[in-house]
Amino acid sequence: MSTVAHLPRSLRTLCYVIALWSGFFVMGIELLGGRLLAPNFGSSIYVWGAIISVFMLALSLGYLAGGRWSLHQPSMARLSLLLLAAALTSLPVLPLAGEPLELLAQAIPDPRFGSLAAAGLLFFVPTFFSGMVSPYCVRLLVVDDQTSGRRAGQLFFVSTFGSATGTILTSFYLVLWFEVNSILLSLAAISALLAGVGLLARRR
Amino acid sequence: MKMIRSWALLALLALGLVHGSAQAQMKLTHSERSLYREVLVYEEDGLRCMCFTRQCRIGRQSCLDPRNPDHFALNYTRMMLAGTLFASADPRRVLIIGLGGGSIATALRKLAQGTEVEVVEIDPAVTRVAKRFFDFVDAPPVHVTEMDGRVFVKRAGREGKQYDVILLDAFDHEYIPEHLLTREFLLEVKALLAPQGVLVANTFSSSRLYDHESTTYASVFGSFYNLKRENRVIVARLGGLPTQEELAARAAKYSAALLRFGADTPSLLKMFNTQVDWDVKARVLTDQYSPANLLNR
Repeated sequence: MSTVAHLPRSLRTLCYVIALWSGFFVMGIELLGGRLLAPNFGSSIYVWGAIISVFMLALSLGYLAGGRWSLHQPSMARLSLLLLAAALTSLPVLPLAGEPLELLAQAIPDPRFGSLAAAGLLFFVPTFFSGMVSPYCVRLLVVDDQTSGRRAGQLFFVSTFGSATGTILTSFYLVLWFEVNSILLSLAAISALLAGVGLLARRR
Repeated sequence: MKMIRSWALLALLALGLVHGSAQAQMKLTHSERSLYREVLVYEEDGLRCMCFTRQCRIGRQSCLDPRNPDHFALNYTRMMLAGTLFASADPRRVLIIGLGGGSIATALRKLAQGTEVEVVEIDPAVTRVAKRFFDFVDAPPVHVTEMDGRVFVKRAGREGKQYDVILLDAFDHEYIPEHLLTREFLLEVKALLAPQGVLVANTFSSSRLYDHESTTYASVFGSFYNLKRENRVIVARLGGLPTQEELAARAAKYSAALLRFGADTPSLLKMFNTQVDWDVKARVLTDQYSPANLLNR
């Protein structure tokens, strides 16, 4: 552990902000996912089951991959790239939610597997990248064995708190004020913005 | 302080009385949990009702008088039946989205013999309870499909199916399937209507949702008849609304038969109204913007 370079305080804060936002982003998209699938797959319990399964699976694999990737020259810049990757790969959701889902619904009429395939197609990749963020952050934040659990706990806290905020804001307010696509684009834009801050912060 | 306490006591007492008497009158006959909700059957004042909440707190889905099973206990079912029979000329194929107790399907079986009635219900528990407690029969010419209404409508559209009347009855006061209250969905429904086909929708008569729902229906169907009581029933027709005279002429044909269902034709006819009593600038609900549940409060 002694080889870990200490992150300056401002970058540590940025790490927490990125983890918080990533949690917000994931749950915002997950809730809107129900809206996007409903026209073709309905809003039965299967559809929500499929969406939640895909998000959980993508996150779990993302955690693995994020931890793994943190072994190689971890940096704020690379963390920012993860956030950017999640934002960019969430963009195809907009065109995919139209005609392609319609075709998919025809190809797989079973409500369970149809919605599972649809949720996978739309959300697996961006959620996978989002999942990579948290363990990668842990790597950047931990400075010694003693405080590693505390740092990880704080990180889980901000990330899950971000998820709770994303859930409640999206379902109670954002859908009342904005169109689904506008919310999705804004989520991606904020991610890109934060990633930009992370990339610039490294250069200073 | 003392005053407040005595008021509170009084309120508590009143609450207890009301609660106690409600429980004494209402008897829970059956309950079953489904994937979506608890389906409950209560007996009260000789009336048997299907509810989705304890003590029917958020309205009754369907009611039946076991001593007089044909009699429609709820106003909105009379209004929907009137919309179906008065606005459409001898419907041969009818689609109902949302079964409830099945009273409309059952009435059509008796009133309009030979009419094929396709019912789409998402919750198999509702269908089971309708059969067991509400005299609903799932046999030709009535047929129930267990499916999400939107998915059914999409598929029916691809298969080129056509219906003379489509009834939307999938909402309750507790939860609205938001994807069944958008402009895109109504366009898909409209595409299923035969020429001169009629749409009858059971919707909401209060809350902010009323305005949004009205502009959404108007954006797809143009002007429509608006029948209002506790609920609001929208009646629209492709190729222009029937005139009051047309309605009256068709109603005359059914008025004797409708008495059996406790439906008074003249008073039903009076409810057909085209007056625009909503905010015409209210935002149209779409697949992109459909916060129906948030607006319904």
